[in-house]
Amino acid sequence: MDDRPAPEPVDQRSPLTEPLSGRGWSARTDREGTVVVLTGDWIASASVGAEPGSLRNILDATGNDGISFDSKQLGRWDSSLLVFVSELRQAARKRDIAFDATGLPQAAARLLALISQAAPVAARARRSSALVTRVGQAVIDAGGEAAAVTSLVGDTVLSCGTALRGRVSMRGVDLLDCMREAGVAALPIVTVVNVLIGGIVAFVGAVQLRRFGADVFIADLVGVAMVREMAALMTAIVMSGRTGGAYAAHIATMLGNEEIDALRAIGIPINDYLILPRILALTGMMPLLYLYGSAVGIFGGFVVAVTMLNISPDSFIDETRASIALSQILFGLVKSFAFGALIAIVGCRSGLGAGRSAADVGQAATRAVVIGIVGVIALDAVFAICANALDF
Amino acid sequence: MPQQVTDPKLRVEGLAFGYDGGIVQHDVSFDVHDKSIFAIMGGSGCGKSTLMKTMIGLLKPTAGSIHFGNEDYWAAPEERRTEIGRRFGVVFQSGALWSSMTAEENVALPSRMFTDLDDETIKALSRLKLSLVGLDIDASTMPAELSGGMRRRVAIARALALDPEVLFLDEPSAGLDPIAAKRLDDLILELRDGFGVTVIMVSHELPSLFAICDDGIFLDTETKTAIAKGSPRVLRETSEHPTVRAFMHRERPPDDAGPGVVNHASQ
Ligand SMILES: Nc1ncnc2c1ncn2[C@@H]1O[C@H](COP(=O)(O)OP(=O)(O)OP(=O)(O)O)[C@@H](O)[C@H]1O
Ligand SMILES: [Mg+2]
Repeated sequence: MDDRPAPEPVDQRSPLTEPLSGRGWSARTDREGTVVVLTGDWIASASVGAEPGSLRNILDATGNDGISFDSKQLGRWDSSLLVFVSELRQAARKRDIAFDATGLPQAAARLLALISQAAPVAARARRSSALVTRVGQAVIDAGGEAAAVTSLVGDTVLSCGTALRGRVSMRGVDLLDCMREAGVAALPIVTVVNVLIGGIVAFVGAVQLRRFGADVFIADLVGVAMVREMAALMTAIVMSGRTGGAYAAHIATMLGNEEIDALRAIGIPINDYLILPRILALTGMMPLLYLYGSAVGIFGGFVVAVTMLNISPDSFIDETRASIALSQILFGLVKSFAFGALIAIVGCRSGLGAGRSAADVGQAATRAVVIGIVGVIALDAVFAICANALDF
Repeated sequence: MPQQVTDPKLRVEGLAFGYDGGIVQHDVSFDVHDKSIFAIMGGSGCGKSTLMKTMIGLLKPTAGSIHFGNEDYWAAPEERRTEIGRRFGVVFQSGALWSSMTAEENVALPSRMFTDLDDETIKALSRLKLSLVGLDIDASTMPAELSGGMRRRVAIARALALDPEVLFLDEPSAGLDPIAAKRLDDLILELRDGFGVTVIMVSHELPSLFAICDDGIFLDTETKTAIAKGSPRVLRETSEHPTVRAFMHRERPPDDAGPGVVNHASQ
């Protein structure tokens, strides 16, 4: 708009170094309605003096005649004046009272005109419902989640089928990438954790076995514990935190950036392209990591036993050989395979089910890790019970 | 450009769409003719991007139909929808580049997935598409290392990867400098004239709307439906609707000022 009047000097009176006088207003009724007389300095950061009283007083005094302003005694002002005036305007509109802003400083009137006339965009109603409703909702949500997971698993199995027949839009590069990420890249942390666990088991065992003079059975204990239980479990927990969380965060980020929409738009199936390589990679690598974890775990126990518990290396090795049966290794392999599938599915599913904001990415990762770890331990318990029942 | 009297390339009838929370727009109908450049216009937040997502199959409409040729898109089985979708090129408002691969791989991926071309050819094609949008970037550049306008151009190059029949552009020139924006306008015209691409674009860029669009639709936030149809040029001259007029002339609509605020001009 070119025909605006030249702007008035913003600060008509005192520079800001002078002390502020308190802000205030009073209402005066004249022939045309109520005139609100504004006085003092209306500065938000320095709320000196009385807060403006309730708007209702003004409106009640006004009847239906209209509101106008007198700002001759108004000092300096900022947004706090606009807040006051625009609230008054809104309240006036609700009561059908005419509102005349001409008495305000011109700049304020102009800014007021910019403050949207439209009602603010209605925020989506936040749910605050009774406990029963929320429990019901949670059950329904859980049902939906179960359905989503089932369909993800089903789709993945189908994709595996198509993949075997060589007709799938998964790229070999992506699979290799995921395998490297879930395999070689995880070796350091898997090593550290399992070596330490092997050593700890040796120490714990030594305390008990020494009392019976059965020191040499530490080797049996370490071997069986690692192969049958600890290597698979600890590796799975580590991988859940490391890889499951990463899957969830990556997929949730892609969702938020519309990257997944872009894939779907050109008809690249998300399951084949994103999910399948991840699940295949992790389920494929977990058994290998388990074997590796068992080996380094036994090594950890060996180091502790030989250097600190005075067991001869030869007898440790012989005992270990004798104690570990092939069936136990198979049992561990099956378990770690199942753990891998569980972690990968939970990770991908939390990613795909996430919202689209940055905070949702964090939440998805947390969910993946928590559900992954709890799930792995629960599944391990199920395996233990089954093995017990089968006398295995 | 004179409109041929042929069957429309794409026909939208009585479409209502929105997110699971509610309806964003309803009762939207329009035809997009073959080889035309069609504008989706309207204020910020009125549902242009949502309409585009509905048209490319990402969001199921709550009512109405979309026909491509004489095929009802949303009535078709999913596999068929995917096949139809492969004839589209899409540029999302956010660019939506795949952040874990290089810019060049972004352009190459559609060809890798859906053609049997060898690696060399695909690389050459990707570089060609990138140079079409005026980009000459190193093969190892990741999207995160590009400027906003460059990312947008990579997104356009990616949309062109499979030589689409219909090109959907959501604010393609946002973030481009005036010269690049003009170049993009020319590119769109050339794609239309040279390859016979039908273009559906969301844009707020008035000069480009007036320069290249043959037809269009104007969505309104308040009434949640279309309030004007026609070429932006014609709408600028003839539309009586205050919102459309204000949009086309880059003004504030007459009812935008607060009540009681006197018109500054008269003071
Ligand atoms: N993922 C979503 N979930 C729910 N509501 C959404 C979502 N995305 C957008 N909306 C809502 O849908 C409406 C239309 O949004 P849309 O992005 O289509 O607007 P637009 O016309 O493209 O606006 P702009 O010109 O600013 O891009 C808005 O009110 C917005 O709040
Ligand atoms: Mg948009």
